[in-house]
Amino acid sequence: MKPPCSIACLLGAALLFTGCVSKPYDYTNFRAHPPRSLLVLTPLNQSTDVRGTYGYLSSVSRPLAELGYYVYPVAVVDQFMKENGLPTAGEMQQVPVEKIRDIFGADAVLYLKVKNYGSKYQIITSTTVVAAEGKLVDVKTGMTLWEGTATVEQSSSSGNLIADLVVAAVDQAINSSTDQAHNLGYQVNVQMFTTKDHGLLVGPYFPKAKD
Amino acid sequence: MAATVSCPTIKPLLIALTATALLAGCRSPDIYYWGNYENVVYGMYAHPDKVPPQAQIAKLEQDEHKATSANKPLPPGFHAHLGWAYSQTGKLDLARQEFELEKQQFPESAVFMDRVLNNMAKK
Repeated sequence: MKPPCSIACLLGAALLFTGCVSKPYDYTNFRAHPPRSLLVLTPLNQSTDVRGTYGYLSSVSRPLAELGYYVYPVAVVDQFMKENGLPTAGEMQQVPVEKIRDIFGADAVLYLKVKNYGSKYQIITSTTVVAAEGKLVDVKTGMTLWEGTATVEQSSSSGNLIADLVVAAVDQAINSSTDQAHNLGYQVNVQMFTTKDHGLLVGPYFPKAKD
Repeated sequence: MAATVSCPTIKPLLIALTATALLAGCRSPDIYYWGNYENVVYGMYAHPDKVPPQAQIAKLEQDEHKATSANKPLPPGFHAHLGWAYSQTGKLDLARQEFELEKQQFPESAVFMDRVLNNMAKK
């Protein structure tokens, strides 16, 4: 007799359900004003972990540049703004877009918010969550070209109590010094910027398909 | 209900879905040589005492060599960041050189790089 394949069926059904998320993003504005260069401003950190701002900012450039955009040097921009009297992300994100265009020559500005960042320890497991949202604004028109959001959660539980206890203790020791959430930041950005029909359209440096 | 769906119909679908997931997983190779750039950005904020400009310069100079051997371009912002780190340690000629390189590689950066170069000239 063939083994029951209800698991496969359930998996298939689950995949189908997760597959049909919301309808594709409306790229009308994006297509009308396709940017070449993106200025990523220092993110607003709405999480309870102070490391959220820069732990997250340092994982944004790569996925954006690999989509074919010129991405301004995030740390240099942050330092430049601080030297020019804007010490916080809140103040940086208040700068009018016309001024951004004058100072940096950027085509579009990416405003980011860190909604959740960090690890929770629950005796035998630890869960790390990073959630963020982004909004891309055209500097010439002030139009919103794109908005997106993503969450990535990682749990350390294996189902084996003793093993989990050991892992949890080690995790806590390591995480307190190295910031586990930082590693998830990159995954959040890949998900937010590159998910088909919801991420960004590709930019001018994206390799053309060879066909 | 899902459990009662007969398998023959769902199996090809499942295989197709898995295949797309796998294909989506193997992305095309990166355009740029990333090396330490993003780690340097992380480190300078997370551990400023351990990753001062001098340490950033050392890491990024290594990347320059590795990118050359790998025959891959350095990512946007790389030369500008290295230039900024040089300027923090007083190596202004090297800083100018890097800002010019950023401009050459990515003309999009010209407005910002010219501004930074002008600011340096005034100091």
